Parts: sequence; structure tokens; C-alpha cells
Amino acid sequence: MYAFDLVRPATLADAVAAMAHDEAQALGGGQTLIPSLKARLASPATLVSLTGIAEMVGVCRGDDGAVCIGGATTHAQVARDVAAHYPALAKLALGIGDPAVRNRGTIGGSVANNDPAACYPSAVLASGATIVTNTRHIAADDYFQGMFTTALEPGEIITEVRFPVPMQAAYIKFEQPASRFALTGVFVARYADGVRVAVTGAAEQGVFRWSDAEAALSAQFAASAIAGMAPDADGMITDLHGTAAYRAHLVGVLTRRAVEAA
Amino acid sequence: MKVTMTVNGATCSGEVEGRTLLVSFLRDTLHLTGTHVGCDTSQCGACVVHVNGRAVKSCTMLAAEAEGATVATIEGMADADGTLSPLQQAFQDHHGLQCGFCTPGMVMSAAALLAENPKPTEHEVRHYLEGNICRCTGYHNIVKAVLAASGQDLPAVAAE
Ligand SMILES: Cc1cc2nc3c(=O)[nH]c(=O)nc-3n(C[C@H](O)[C@H](O)[C@H](O)COP(=O)(O)OP(=O)(O)OC[C@H]3O[C@@H](n4cnc5c(N)ncnc54)[C@H](O)[C@@H]3O)c2cc1C
Ligand code: FES
Ligand code: FES
Repeated sequence: MYAFDLVRPATLADAVAAMAHDEAQALGGGQTLIPSLKARLASPATLVSLTGIAEMVGVCRGDDGAVCIGGATTHAQVARDVAAHYPALAKLALGIGDPAVRNRGTIGGSVANNDPAACYPSAVLASGATIVTNTRHIAADDYFQGMFTTALEPGEIITEVRFPVPMQAAYIKFEQPASRFALTGVFVARYADGVRVAVTGAAEQGVFRWSDAEAALSAQFAASAIAGMAPDADGMITDLHGTAAYRAHLVGVLTRRAVEAA
Repeated sequence: MKVTMTVNGATCSGEVEGRTLLVSFLRDTLHLTGTHVGCDTSQCGACVVHVNGRAVKSCTMLAAEAEGATVATIEGMADADGTLSPLQQAFQDHHGLQCGFCTPGMVMSAAALLAENPKPTEHEVRHYLEGNICRCTGYHNIVKAVLAASGQDLPAVAAE
């Protein structure tokens, strides 16, 4: 690792001020960032640690019923504290990595990183969640802009993610056993105004909505409504773990399983 | 900068850089070399310690982030006279270690599991230890040791 200064602000206002410095970078749980610093893939002059900011940690229900999760809340805390409000989301958090990763990794870090195989982006997109930052609210549909790319501006901090709670939902992850990330994962969420299906781990562009399945499932919420369907393999990832055609097939299978589990 | 934390019950201070990892502080500054570095990439779990009661990979946490925290390492598991804790004794009794490299992390992860869930099922033990890699034992005896330490009857473990 190159040398850097570490600052540990206690308030969001102090963190925003610290992020205004040249070459400052946010540090969430460090479960992605510290390995990339070791590999010298990043060389910030200052790291601004967010996990000591009390106002960015915790779970509550908004006036509109949404589950609001502070940006520096760990996966382990989401698994515990969201279970009663949005079980499918809590279960997703409980399936990330391993206990030690979940005790440090945060929702803000995961959503800011937008790894194409990460779990949270599928929940955010399928729930039509809102990303709240220190400057604005960003709708999930506008937020994810391709592999490791988001609508965040330099220095912008995710303070909260707000999830409207669906009537039914499930996340099914086909785990890549070495990394424990999703080889492919599908989050299905059913709301009064329709069904949303978000797919992670499959496409070159990162997380995406499978609109054909959404239309069929909004008409009839049953696995049989999408029997035999799969998205186009064009644009899917091919790597040593699986071909594009394999991933496209998995998306169909996992979506049907998610509908059955919801 | 100077950091201070409570390690295995004792107050410890030392000079660190921003980039100093918690595991480097424990091993190089405090000379607590029981915590191992296997992969240095947050994959293997050999470096697991408890920070404020929760298992973390000390190779993937900055020492300065543990300022003021309560840290427990493998050195704090046995009694002062060297008597092993029941969990460590179970690892010995059930051959839960061979070369022993992964063992500090295995014991610390297993201790965190038993603190949260005193009577885990075999499946829960395997699931909880997912982030701890062992190249020697094939895991079955580790799982047995953890189940034995929880005071439960040992089921026939898969592949026996
Ligand atoms: C062994 C292992 C297994 C894993 N398995 C999975 C898995 O199964 N599924 C999965 O989804 N993930 C998995 N992960 C990744 C894990 O969830 C990370 O915790 C997560 O991707 C990053 O979160 P973090 O809080 O650690 O962020 P950091 O590593 O601290 O930061 C990541 C990036 O986000 C930025 N950032 C952090 N917080 C904020 C914020 N609040 N606002 C703006 N920017 C911010 C940082 O500047 C950095 O660019 C795994 C990681 C490991 C090491
Ligand atoms: S050395 Fe920390 S996880 Fe391997
Ligand atoms: S006993 Fe050798 S790595 Fe586990």
C-alpha cells in the first residue's frame, strides 16, 4: 500500500469537508478498498472513514413505510435489523461473503462499488430503491451506469438507501464458491403496481432489469408464466466460471426459483 | 499517529501509519504472532480476531480504525497458566488441526459462532466457517471439534 492519511470524522458534515480535499476517498468497511489499496489499484492521499459516523449507521422505517438503511451500516446489522421489515433483503445480506466480511462490509460501500457480481445492487434495482447522498436523492434506475460505474460524483457520500417494501420478494444467488460472490443472482420483488426483476453477476453492463420477465410476471405472478424464458445471451459475461449462454440460462432458472421462493 | 486499544484485557498503545493493518500492529508492534497472515487478501481467515466482540479479518482492517476498541486474539483464549479453553481443547481432542496454520483463525471464528449461537447445527458450523480455509484437515474434524465444544453429541459427520 502507498502511504495515506486516515481521518475518522464523527459527523457527516466533517466527512463531507474531508472529502473535499484533493485525492480523498471514502472508506466504508474496507472489504473491497483495502485489498485494492494493497494491489496499488488506488492511491488516495486521504481516506475518510465513515464507519464511526453514528448518523450513518442503523435501520429505520420512513414515513412512507420504506426501510431506510444508513450508508455505513454493516451487512451483519442489516441481516439482523431488517429481518422483521424486509426478510428477502435481510437474507441477501446474510448471504454475502462470510461472517467476518459481513461484520465490516457496508451497504454504502457495496452500492458505491457496483461490482458486477455483487448482491446488493440487485436488491436496490429490483426494489426501485432511492440512493440518498449528502447532496441529493438518486432513483435506482438512474444510479447504476455499468460495471463499477454509478451516478455518484467525486466526493459524494451515500448516506442512506431507502427500500420500498414489496408484498413478496426473494433473492436467489448461484454462488461462485471460491469468491462467494454471485456467479449469477436474481432478485424478484412484487409491488402493487407490478413486478421488478433485477439480475446481477450475468451481464457485461452489470446489474440490469429483465423487462420481458417483469411483464410476464406482472400479468401472472407464477414461475409457469416465464417457463422456458431466458434473456438474450448477447452482452452476458463469459469467463472461466461460465459462458454467456450458461449465464443466460441461469437467469431463467434462478428467476423461476425466486418467484417460487417469494 | 498513536493508537490505543484493549488487547486481551490489557491496554496497549503504539505508533502506526494510516496504512498500518490491524494484523501488523498485533504481530509487529505487540509481538502477538499467534494471529497469522495466510493470504493477505481477505480470503482465508487465518487472521481472524474479535473487535468489540465481532469476528473480523485483521488483514483487512486498519489499525487506526481499532482505536479505543476491545480486541481479542488467540493469545487470550487460554488461561494465564496455559490451560486451554474448552474450544481449543476440543480442537486437540478431535484432531481439528494438522499444521496449525489456520487454527488461530478457526478458533476465533468458532468462538464468535458459539457466542452468538451456543448450540449450532453441523450445517450452521460449516456455514459460519465459510471464510476460514484449511489446507490440511478436510474440515470434518474442525466441525466435530466445534460441535463437541458446544456440548452436543457428535453426529456422524459427512464423508466418514
Ligand atoms: C471474501 C469476500 C467475499 C465477499 N462476498 C461478497 C458477496 O457474496 N456479495 C457481495 O455483494 N459482496 C461480497 N463481498 C464484498 C463486500 O460486500 C464488500 O463489503 C463491499 O463490496 C464493499 O463494502 P465496504 O463497506 O467494505 O466498502 P469499501 O471497501 O470501504 O469501499 C468500496 C468502495 O466504495 C466507496 N465507498 C465506501 N462507502 C461509501 C459511501 N458510503 N459512499 C460513497 N462511497 C463509498 C469507497 O471509496 C470504495 O471506492 C465480498 C468481499 C470479500 C472480501
Ligand atoms: S490473511 Fe486475512 S484473510 Fe487471509
Ligand atoms: S491445519 Fe493446516 S491449514 Fe488447517
